Parts: sequence; C-alpha cells; structure tokens
Amino acid sequence: MAENKPKPKVKKNEVQMPKQDPKVRGKNFDEVALGYTKEQVLEEANRCLQCVKPKCIPGCPVEIDIPAFVKLLREEKYAEAAAELKTKNALPAVCGRVCPQEEQCQKECIVGKIGDPVSVGRLERYLADWERERGFVISNKAPSTGKKIAVIGAGPAGLTVAAELAKLGHGVVIFESLHLPGGVLMYGIPEFRLPKSIVQAEVDYIKKLGVELREGYLIGRTHTIPELLNNDFDAVFIGTGAGLPKFMGIPGEELGGVYSASEFLIRVNLMKAYAFPEYDTPIRIGKHVVVIGGGNVAMDSARSALRLGAEEVCIVYRRSRDELPARAEEVENAEEEGIICKFLASPKRFIGGEKGWVKAMECICMELGPPDASGRRRPIPIKGSEFTMDTDTVIIAVGRTANPIIQRTTKGLEATKWGTIVTDENGKTSIDGVYAGGDIVTGEATVISAMGAGKKAARAIHKYLMKKK
Amino acid sequence: MTKTELAPKLKLFEVQAPDIAAKSQPGQFIMILAHKKSERIPITLAGYDRQKGTVSFVFNEVGKTTKELGLLGEGGTIKSITGPLGNPSEIKNFGNVLCVGGGVFIAPLLLQVKALRKAGNKVTTVIGARIKDLLIYEDELKALSDKFYVATDDGSKGYKGLDFLKEILEREHFDRCLTMGPVVMMKNVCEITSPLNIQTVVTLTSIMIDGMGMCGVCRVTVGGKMFFTCVDGPEFDGHQVDFEGLINRQRLFLPEERLSSVLWELGGCNCGRK
Ligand SMILES: Cc1cc2nc3c(=O)[nH]c(=O)nc-3n(C[C@H](O)[C@H](O)[C@H](O)COP(=O)(O)OP(=O)(O)OC[C@H]3O[C@@H](n4cnc5c(N)ncnc54)[C@H](O)[C@@H]3O)c2cc1C
Ligand SMILES: Cc1cc2nc3c(=O)[nH]c(=O)nc-3n(C[C@H](O)[C@H](O)[C@H](O)COP(=O)(O)OP(=O)(O)OC[C@H]3O[C@@H](n4cnc5c(N)ncnc54)[C@H](O)[C@@H]3O)c2cc1C
Ligand code: FES
Repeated sequence: MAENKPKPKVKKNEVQMPKQDPKVRGKNFDEVALGYTKEQVLEEANRCLQCVKPKCIPGCPVEIDIPAFVKLLREEKYAEAAAELKTKNALPAVCGRVCPQEEQCQKECIVGKIGDPVSVGRLERYLADWERERGFVISNKAPSTGKKIAVIGAGPAGLTVAAELAKLGHGVVIFESLHLPGGVLMYGIPEFRLPKSIVQAEVDYIKKLGVELREGYLIGRTHTIPELLNNDFDAVFIGTGAGLPKFMGIPGEELGGVYSASEFLIRVNLMKAYAFPEYDTPIRIGKHVVVIGGGNVAMDSARSALRLGAEEVCIVYRRSRDELPARAEEVENAEEEGIICKFLASPKRFIGGEKGWVKAMECICMELGPPDASGRRRPIPIKGSEFTMDTDTVIIAVGRTANPIIQRTTKGLEATKWGTIVTDENGKTSIDGVYAGGDIVTGEATVISAMGAGKKAARAIHKYLMKKK
Repeated sequence: MTKTELAPKLKLFEVQAPDIAAKSQPGQFIMILAHKKSERIPITLAGYDRQKGTVSFVFNEVGKTTKELGLLGEGGTIKSITGPLGNPSEIKNFGNVLCVGGGVFIAPLLLQVKALRKAGNKVTTVIGARIKDLLIYEDELKALSDKFYVATDDGSKGYKGLDFLKEILEREHFDRCLTMGPVVMMKNVCEITSPLNIQTVVTLTSIMIDGMGMCGVCRVTVGGKMFFTCVDGPEFDGHQVDFEGLINRQRLFLPEERLSSVLWELGGCNCGRK
C-alpha cells in the first residue's frame, strides 16, 4: 500500500487560482477565474503523487488517465500532455471550467486525505488553453468506413459522439436546432464562467475531425428520425438535452418581469442581450431581482442579473444551505459578489403592479422533514408563515425537463412518464440503430456525464455499424 | 431569394430552403435570424414550393428587425431560417367555414383557404386592414372563396369595422371559423362567434425566442392552463384564450423595441448593417 503513504514533501494546500476582484467582476461579463500561470500550474502538478493504483481515474466519467497527463505536464511536455487529454476528452477547455471535480476525480484523491486534493480541473484547463492558443493538432483518423451517422443536438453529448465516431472513420452529420452549436454550453452557462469563444473553438476542433454541422434543423420537424434512417444514415444518436423550462403553476407567472431561467439565460448568452442595443434582443432587469431555486442554473441567473445592473439579487431556496445542489465553488463566488441567499422559503404567488409587471412576491416559510426520494430532507410549509417581498424581476430556476419534440414525432421510441428516452446501459433505444444519451436520457445532469454517455453510445454505435452489412 | 412589395411596408420574400419546403404545411411558421446580431423572429408561412425548394412569407415592417429584413435585396441571404415549426393546421372537410384574416396575415390565410377548399369545404372569406392600400391578395381570395367580403378600419373600402360579421352569421350557419391577424381583431371575432357557439380557431402571435419550446416566453393561458404557443400551438381554441394576458405579454418589451428602432433609424447603432 505504498501509494497510501503520502510523501512528506507534498504541500497540503492547493495553489489558489487567481480570480477577478468580486467588486469589479460583478459589473462585467468577463471570465471570473483567470487560470494558472506557468509557475502555478507546475507547482500544483507537482503535488500529484503519481499513485500506482490511482483513485482519480474511476471518478472521471470519461476515464481520463489523470496521472499520465499530469506527469507529462510537470515534465513540461505540454503538447504531449494535451494530446493525452484529448484521447479521452474532446472538450477539455470546457470540462476544466465547469465539471464538478470535487464530486468526481478530486473526491478520492489521496492528497485530499491530508489536505486539498490536486486541482485536476485547473491543470486540465491550463493544458486545454495552452493547446487552443497554439492551434489544434488533428490526431490520426481511421480510414473511411463509408458509414454515416446522424447526431441530433450539438450539446456535450452529441459533440462527443460525433468526435468519437469521426475518429473511427465514420461520416458524421450533426443536426442542431439552434443557430449556434454547443447546447447548454452556448445558451445556458454564462460568458463569465465559460467564454463562448472557447466553446466555439472546441466545436471548430470537432469540425476539423471531419464532422459536418447543420444548424437550424429541428429534428422531428425539418426531418424525422425514420426519414433520416431511410435516406442517408446508418444510425442515429439523440442528444437533445433537457431544455424545457418548468414553471411552478402558481398565480402570477404570466406577469411581465417573470422569466424562466431558460428564457433569461438564452436572452443573455445565446442572443447576447447584455450587449443590447448593439445586439437586437432586449432584456429588462429591475432593481430587486429574486431568483427561485438553488442549483447551478439559479447561481448563473443570479450572477448574470447582478452584472446586468440589478441593485440587489436574492436567491430564494426552499431547503437549507446544506442541501443546495449548486457547486460549492459557485455558491462561494455568488456570495462574494454580494448575492443574498434566503433559505427555507418558497413563493406562493406573484403580485402584479403597473402595466402587468410583477411588483411583489408572497412566500411561505419552510421547515425540513424526513428525507424524500432524492435523499435530501423534504421541505414542509409552515402554516401561517406567509410574508411578502418586493421585487420587480423574478427568475424561475426550478428545473428543466426533456425536450419533447422527438418523442412526440417518432413512432416506437420508448419514453418514460417524465418524457426522457429509455435506453439500455450502452445508449440503445427501443428502435434498432437509434441511440440516445445525455440529459435527454437522465434528465438534468452534468456536462461530463453527458459526454460519458456519448462515449459509451459511440462505442455501441461503432459495433453496430461494423456488424451491419 | 426573390422579393416583392405587396403594399407599403408589406413585403413578400421567397427564399431557397428545400428541406423546410419539403415538410411545410399550412399553419406552420419559421424562425428567422436576419444576421448575427439580430433577434430571432417568428413569421408564418405564406407558401411553399416543394419542386422549386422554396418557402415564401410576407412580413410587415414594424420594428428594427423587420425593417432591416426589408432592406435585403434580391439574391440576398438570411443568416438562418429554422422550420417548419408549430403544429400544422387541422385541414379536413368541416362543411361551411368562415375565414377572417387581417393585415399581413391575409397572406398565410390564403394558404389556409386553398387547403380548406381542396378538402371540400365551402369557404366564406373576410379580409380586413387599417386602410384600403394595405389590403393584399384580394383578387386571389375572391376567386377562391364562395363568398368574399372586405373591411377596413377607416371604411375606405368595403365595410367599416367587423360588426357586419354578426349579420353574416345570422344569415348563414357556419361549422367553423378560422381567424388570423392582429390580436385585437381575433379577440373581436371570438366575441362575435362565442355566443353562437361556432368553433373558432385563432393563430396566436406571442413573443418568441427559440420557437421550439426551450424558453417559455411564448406562454399563453388557454382554458385556465399554461401553454407554449410555439410547440402547443400556434393555433388554439379562440373561445378559451386569455387575450388580455396575451396583449400584456406582447407589450413587455415595447420601450426596448422602440429604442432599438429609433437608434437604428438614426444610424446610431454600430451593428455595421445599415
Ligand atoms: C445554466 C446552466 C448551468 C449549468 N452548469 C453546469 C456546470 O457548471 N457543470 C456541469 O457539469 N453541468 C452544468 N449544467 C448542466 C449541463 O450543461 C447539462 O447537463 C449538459 O449540457 C447536457 O448535455 P446534452 O448534450 O445532453 O444536452 P444540451 O447541452 O442541452 O444540448 C442539447 C442540444 O440539442 C439541441 N436540440 C434539442 N432538440 C433538438 C431537436 N429536436 N433537433 C435538433 N437539435 C435539438 C438543443 O438546441 C441543444 O443544442 C448546467 C446547465 C444549465 C442550464
Ligand atoms: C407565430 C407567429 C407568427 C407570426 N407571423 C407573422 C407574419 O407572417 N408576418 C409578420 O409580419 N409578422 C408575423 N409575426 C409577428 C412578427 O414576429 C413580429 O412583427 C416581429 O417579431 C417584429 O420584430 P421587429 O424587430 O421588426 O419589431 P419590434 O420593434 O421588435 O416589435 C414590434 C411588435 O412585434 C412584436 N414582437 C417583437 N418581437 C417579437 C418576437 N421575438 N416574437 C414575436 N413578436 C414579436 C411585439 O408585439 C411588438 O409590439 C408573427 C408572430 C408569431 C409569434
Ligand atoms: S418561443 Fe421559446 S418556448 Fe416558445
């Protein structure tokens, strides 16, 4: 058990990542985390113990050989280190920024037993940025197989499937319904956490692998899955995500100033409403913004609202701090910027004022009961505890459900009562030659789990195609 | 792309989009992104030619996006068009159908009238506009319809206002009414048909962004329940629609829209387009 005995010279504390000052960054959309310098990255990389039986790799949904790339990195073989990453992960600059590493690779890190775990995500980010700034090197592709696959949706799941299958020599066409690729990476996660130029560059890399991207194609409408299979394609992958916003079904949701988080973030990210009127799509932010929910989406909405000029932004969450589903790092960032969290409260109705705009919100206080199906303690309303808050902008971030159009327009495609698509462990659906993965199968999850599902499906599709005559 | 000016500020575009043309049906719409910095706007299909691979639509230059679009010349290109979106209209033999179209929506109404006639219906068509210069497709609709009426808000041609509809409905039994046009007009039609229990289908024009169910900005209340116009509609049972709510939501961004339009006309926006 030699690997369990940490070498004495390992520093207990991780190298902190430089960040924009909270007072300054609360007013701009530039990236908050600035990335390591060369010295910092080498210092952090040197904290890795190069375990013989690494615990980090099983924590990674796409099984990156973490000790291997870290070793190359600390030998300052940057190109080789980046190439090692790319063999397993087509989107490292994205993952280095948004993966919940604390729940994955870093969770079981041996160094973490005596201090902070090695900041794998920050090392990954450094290498990905190093490579992007110098221009991508395209890895060797297998000779063409003559097979063609249609990938539906250019989110992390679809992009991963496309990259994997293209490398194996298959022809791949991605159909994306929006006018830009990236899925949530482009329309959901804000610029200050994930610059859109980086998403675009990673998509460009995938295009360089030979993948064709067709934007503005809503499958189920422009083409249906049976049409794709009958015409050009030997197999189909569905990676359409969980994009349908949930509302709460309480009075006043139709009022002006009440946005779904999806609407709010699509306006701001995809349509660049923060640059209105240079860009044509408007957004209106009041003085007192309330965000309902406690996940990453709520944090992103709150921090965007602050940057758009709100005087006060308050997150209202029905459970307590311990149950917040958002990443700890993002909650910390939000609070540093001055965002207030109000726990154990839930809205009952929105009250309208002049011209049909929201003016206040009635809430009820909650207490925590026994754990529910999700394992978190269930919030129970406290009778008679209603109170009213003034607000002129409400952003509802209480979750999103599966995009329904494909399920509604594809006969024989099995779906659950929540609208997600049913697959086996390799992503195969109830229709032969049709695979699915990512949020459309699991419901809202993470970038890396969508990519992991994409990888598995790509392997299964490859097998299926090679068997098919 | 080809372009025809039908009336002041009303333009007909026919654009190459073979994949969209192949699937289009009456009642559906497309989302247009004119250029990189534009808004995405929904426009109802006014026609499609599967052989030529084109779709056509008519739009009214009301704000910045539509005015910019209007400046595109013959052979110009639109950055992105997505479609066909929304559910196709229900077309079958209903019997005797009343079609009421207003303003720019007379163009897509023509498509519906053609389809309804083909399905064997008897069709009475009423078209209306603010003033007579804005009436479009008069001859085509007159030729297609069993009965045909014209109305204008100012009385410059045909009937003044829509009150005469009551008389038509007293004289004749209708099995279904279909109306598309300004929201206030559709609301008025519904108020007339509702007491007579004539099933009335309206095409709602909520504000939209993606047009495929991802943002919820297009939500409307129909029969007390929330629906998304883009994926659940755009056609709904007019007698169940909360028109006041719809009108309120359509006006939400009026100040920003005006600002955008004024800045653009002054040439003060640096989008590099004008
Ligand atoms: C605001 C926000 C913040 C988040 N933050 C994080 C984070 O920090 N870390 C993390 O790991 N995860 C985060 N997530 C979750 C993560 O983004 C998703 O789990 C992940 O993007 C799912 O990937 P996907 O490929 O399954 O779907 P998506 O990313 O949703 O992509 C689906 C794509 O398919 C397209 N599409 C849909 N229907 C059709 C159709 N019929 N035809 C053609 N195209 C279609 C959509 O336009 C979209 O581009 C966040 C999510 C949100 C909304
Ligand atoms: C399903 C549907 C079908 C439509 N079909 C047609 C059509 O065939 N021909 C036509 O001329 N118009 C049609 N419209 C309306 C058209 O989309 C708007 O006129 C257009 O968006 C105005 O944009 P603008 O920037 O030029 O004007 P703006 O200055 O932005 O707005 C002018 C008015 O247009 C409405 N509007 C603004 N933005 C949007 C938006 N993103 N989505 C919907 N409405 C908006 C508002 O009510 C506003 O008062 C349709 C709308 C919908 C929802
Ligand atoms: S336009 Fe976004 S959901 Fe309908």
